[in-house]
Amino acid sequence: MPQVSMTVNGKPASGDVEGRTLLVEFLRENVGLTGTHVGCDTSQCGACVVHVDGRDVKACTMFAAEAEGAEVTTIEGMGEPDGTLHPVQQAFQDHHGLQCGFCTPGMVMSAVALLEKNPKPSEAEIRDYLEGNICRCTGYHNIVKAIMAASGQDVGRIAAE
Amino acid sequence: MPKDATIGAGDKRREDVRFLTGTGNYTDDINLNGQAYVHFLRSDVAHGRLNRVDTSAAETMPGVLRVFTGADFAEVGGLPCGWQVTDRHGQPMQEPAHPVLAQAKVRHVGDPIAAVVAETREQARDAAEVIELDIEELPAVVDMKAALDGDAPKVHDELENNLCYDWGFVEDNKAAVDAAFEAAAHVTTLELVNNRLVANAMEPRVAVGDFNRATGDSTLYTTSQNPHVIRLLMGAFVLGIPEHKLRVVSPDVGGGFGSKIFHYAEEAFCTYAAKALNRPVKWTATRGEAFVSDAQGRDHVTTIELALDADNNFTAIRTETYANMGAYLSTFAPSVPTWLHGTLMAGNYRTPNIYVNVKAVFTNTVPVDAYRGAGRPEATFQLERVIDKAARELGVDPIALRRQNFVTEFPYETPVAVAYDTGDYNATMDKLEEIGDLGGFEARRAESEKKGMLRGLGVNCYIEACGIAPSNLVGQLGARAGLYESATVRVNATGGITVMTGSHSHGQGHETSFAQVVADMIGIDASMVEIEHGDTANAPMGMGTYGSRSIAVGGSAMVRATEKVIAKARKIAAHLMEASEGDIELKDGQFTVAGTDKSVAWGDVTLAAYVPHNYPLEEIEPGLEETAFYDPANFTYPSGAYACEVEVDPETGKVTIERFAAADDFGNIINPMIVDGQVHGGIGQGIGQALLENCAYDENGQLLSGSYMDYAMPRADDVPFYAVDHSCQTPCTHNPLGVKGCGEAGAIGSPPTIVNAVVDALQRGGHDVKHIDMPLTPSRVWAAMQG
Amino acid sequence: MYAFDFTRPRTIDEAAKALGAEDAQALGGGQTLIPALKQRLAMPSTLVSLSAIPEMQGVCRADDGSVCVGGATPHAVVAAQAAGDFPALADLALNIGDPAVRNRGTIGGSLANNDPSSCYPAAVLGTGATVVTNTRKIAADEFFDGMFTTALEEGEIIVEVRFPVPRRAAYAKFEQPASRFALVGAFVAQYDDGVRVAVTGASEDGVFRWAEAEKALGAEFSADALDGMAPSAEGMIGDLHGSPEYRAHLVGVMTRRAVAAAG
Repeated sequence: MPQVSMTVNGKPASGDVEGRTLLVEFLRENVGLTGTHVGCDTSQCGACVVHVDGRDVKACTMFAAEAEGAEVTTIEGMGEPDGTLHPVQQAFQDHHGLQCGFCTPGMVMSAVALLEKNPKPSEAEIRDYLEGNICRCTGYHNIVKAIMAASGQDVGRIAAE
Repeated sequence: MPKDATIGAGDKRREDVRFLTGTGNYTDDINLNGQAYVHFLRSDVAHGRLNRVDTSAAETMPGVLRVFTGADFAEVGGLPCGWQVTDRHGQPMQEPAHPVLAQAKVRHVGDPIAAVVAETREQARDAAEVIELDIEELPAVVDMKAALDGDAPKVHDELENNLCYDWGFVEDNKAAVDAAFEAAAHVTTLELVNNRLVANAMEPRVAVGDFNRATGDSTLYTTSQNPHVIRLLMGAFVLGIPEHKLRVVSPDVGGGFGSKIFHYAEEAFCTYAAKALNRPVKWTATRGEAFVSDAQGRDHVTTIELALDADNNFTAIRTETYANMGAYLSTFAPSVPTWLHGTLMAGNYRTPNIYVNVKAVFTNTVPVDAYRGAGRPEATFQLERVIDKAARELGVDPIALRRQNFVTEFPYETPVAVAYDTGDYNATMDKLEEIGDLGGFEARRAESEKKGMLRGLGVNCYIEACGIAPSNLVGQLGARAGLYESATVRVNATGGITVMTGSHSHGQGHETSFAQVVADMIGIDASMVEIEHGDTANAPMGMGTYGSRSIAVGGSAMVRATEKVIAKARKIAAHLMEASEGDIELKDGQFTVAGTDKSVAWGDVTLAAYVPHNYPLEEIEPGLEETAFYDPANFTYPSGAYACEVEVDPETGKVTIERFAAADDFGNIINPMIVDGQVHGGIGQGIGQALLENCAYDENGQLLSGSYMDYAMPRADDVPFYAVDHSCQTPCTHNPLGVKGCGEAGAIGSPPTIVNAVVDALQRGGHDVKHIDMPLTPSRVWAAMQG
Repeated sequence: MYAFDFTRPRTIDEAAKALGAEDAQALGGGQTLIPALKQRLAMPSTLVSLSAIPEMQGVCRADDGSVCVGGATPHAVVAAQAAGDFPALADLALNIGDPAVRNRGTIGGSLANNDPSSCYPAAVLGTGATVVTNTRKIAADEFFDGMFTTALEEGEIIVEVRFPVPRRAAYAKFEQPASRFALVGAFVAQYDDGVRVAVTGASEDGVFRWAEAEKALGAEFSADALDGMAPSAEGMIGDLHGSPEYRAHLVGVMTRRAVAAAG
């Protein structure tokens, strides 16, 4: 079995994988990081979104071997070592942007990727960017609100409109 | 420690930290030492005779531990149905067997035929591919009305026909209802479909079975909303394992919406196979598998008639509904179109005569059972659509017609066997007009028109029956289970509290809101209270979470147990302060003696309970731990009024929801932030049902929408921000918290709002469209506009 | 998935060699192929990833003015790098799938698969682009050969796609509500010598040129020129998401919207 090596959340990670081993399987089963979830098999739900070399990708639709030598960041790598949450994580808690939590890791990873490219996205830009992340619990209201809040926008008046 | 959180405060959710950092513990995150994997070989035809299943080649494949077929389960009980409905003629419903693995016939695409257990997932799947099947394909029954034709193929050969039951409610009222229609000044009739949905919790189902040969104990880790119910059903009816030898654990569960209430074949299989192989056995559903193995929702075809007198008062409602059961009876399927649907047909209105007829039908499709709202959305949809149609026919304002017919005096006994304790439907309608700015609609419509868009406004009301209970009543109605809830409140020596509840949280935030309640009662900080759920080894026998019952029933059990704790703690405090128990007051975590400056802290009392040196041992036992079971006296009746404004693109038929407002009455509120979130989520699912989601089969019973490529899930850009309000509060009169439940309201109230709005937009645009069946996809709306 | 070997060559020649093996298959971004492999719809012996070949990456402007997109360039890169020289193409790329899909999915993978609902075929056919492979150049009009079928030979690699830049152009897509692929997508491009209109999502034969619209727009490049026009519903796809009649109607609507957007 070929070996694959990459950096996951700043630490080296390597393991023997098959050609068909997906990145999400490598992360969950070889590295033991189970925060990245699998919610579909058609590359649509986005529960598996991670960052590979700074780009948000669906870890269920990428082979582990394609991440050879890459810098991979998962939800487990978003907070500070002392437990302080990333501002987007904190905004999700502050604004109740999650319920069952299953889609949440992918949502946060997509949101962080959006804000890196577009630090103050409009509501429409946020909704558009989340096209590949499905949430069944929240009706998206508080997810969009949390991302707006994380980008420093006033969300006090939302839905009073 | 002083309290800083009380009932009514929007505490942030403590469970969020683990979910946000990837450290939740979902069932698929559980991997046991020596675990093997099962792959289910499922039928790819909807109906067929299983002549032969040859597993010999599969058994020799690499890594294969064993291949199971229906024959292995011939001696094992089938999956039980938890509710028996009695038909119009007093006869029990037809109840077919539901084998763990198919026996003799396959009855829907996805019906499990064989199960391969191997060292790896892929090995199990490789081996499943070489199982040789001889299936004689039979004509499939898909359409419900066709299924009831005399010559229709039978889904179950041993039954008389495909009719599960023909239910009349209330049968004795039928003649009076018919007479009221004869006397009516106006009758509005509407035929409609309540589209079949797939629950699609984002976490697919998972089961891990484990067996301890040393103790003989079985453990099942499963994605369930009610682990105790699974333990009872699977232990007693399927596998014959006594409950003290069976533990069921549902850790973090990634959403349920009803689909994780039911006992499924895969759970029984993994538990059984773990013992047979003496290895842990794991199954993780793919999403594709979920589409053909999770119980689906809704799927009613209804004709509803509304009779009005010359003053537009509602005088009678008569309905005929065909309800799809699918190929087998899922755990609570028979109750959904009957007791959860017929009892709600009065809605928010004074209608003296109501008759509901429901024909439940077997078809060669995936079983159908409760999905968020379960029966109540179907009732609300038909009622609120027919009222809207009546208003248009009569040329009256739909809001005024509703207000005119509102129930205004409580308690109110409906003609469909329930008694509403409290409500104020005019208040929620007033609130809706305010938060939805309904007065501004015309100006917004004019703006839309300038852009070439058709704008419409839809309004409707809903009522639901939540906190499903009481046990003695549901028993009379055919439930084969009680519907109480339980809680154990364990106070530790230093004052911290662990609550073990029979409710199960899979997104509802019980760990936060339940803790608020207990902390509030004692006057301590919520951080001193921990809520545990989901493990039958810890929690007392509970019935789990569905039907918006957790705070109303589970919360009440917890209140009762906490009251017992406080009563005992008061005795201890009286002893410590050498005062009379009657003079002891508890406030902010301090026991005081009325009229004196004497006090002892909560922690002093709890310590005394466990270090009983100075303690009334002759009167009470040491320790401070109480359990309560709470069986409510009635359902709770949340209600509300919803409004939606849509734009329809006349060129493409695409509907865009521009505004959505919801004014709900949930009685008292524990955590408003969580309640808002529940309503948002329900509305999101209602938008999905109304505009996007369609679980469709072709005439051969093949699922046409078996993945997210064809089953349209609502996404962030399909929905707007929602204006929600729950300041109208008429507390429930019969539970200690005065709460009503909020989990399903959004999904119940929103679909008719949206359809009403689209019909309004089209009619304002000059199109003579009276109804479009959900989902209102662009192609359907466009087709309707073409006439 | 069935088991397969995985290789990630660094040059086109290495990739071509690897693809010479029996049942070897090329892997672009995998956004369609990997879901298909999960369903065991394909059983390659070896997957040859084209993602690590530098010469197949990126967007550039050729001497003749055409915009050249490397065959393994992800949609997100096209969206960013083609924005200046060919905004209609960048805009099309920016609306394929979702952001994570756009970071992996490639133009070569999309064209080789020729899904009847994907977007890129409309741009390629609508511009009369040239598909450059490791062995030859294929004109757009010769490349698409019906649903999921192209002129590509076994093992042939799309190295680059060369788009002649139109005077003005736009792509208008009406999304299928579930997959968000094109229920109907129309690419309209005006050149000095005429107008091209290519339609994806609608036809059972895959992407096609709508000749009548091209003619009408050649005479007058305005949405009004197409007033009331729609192709015949015959041969259009009919499914859960729309009848042939609806799709034919949408072809008219989307083409007019593309013309309007092209300005």
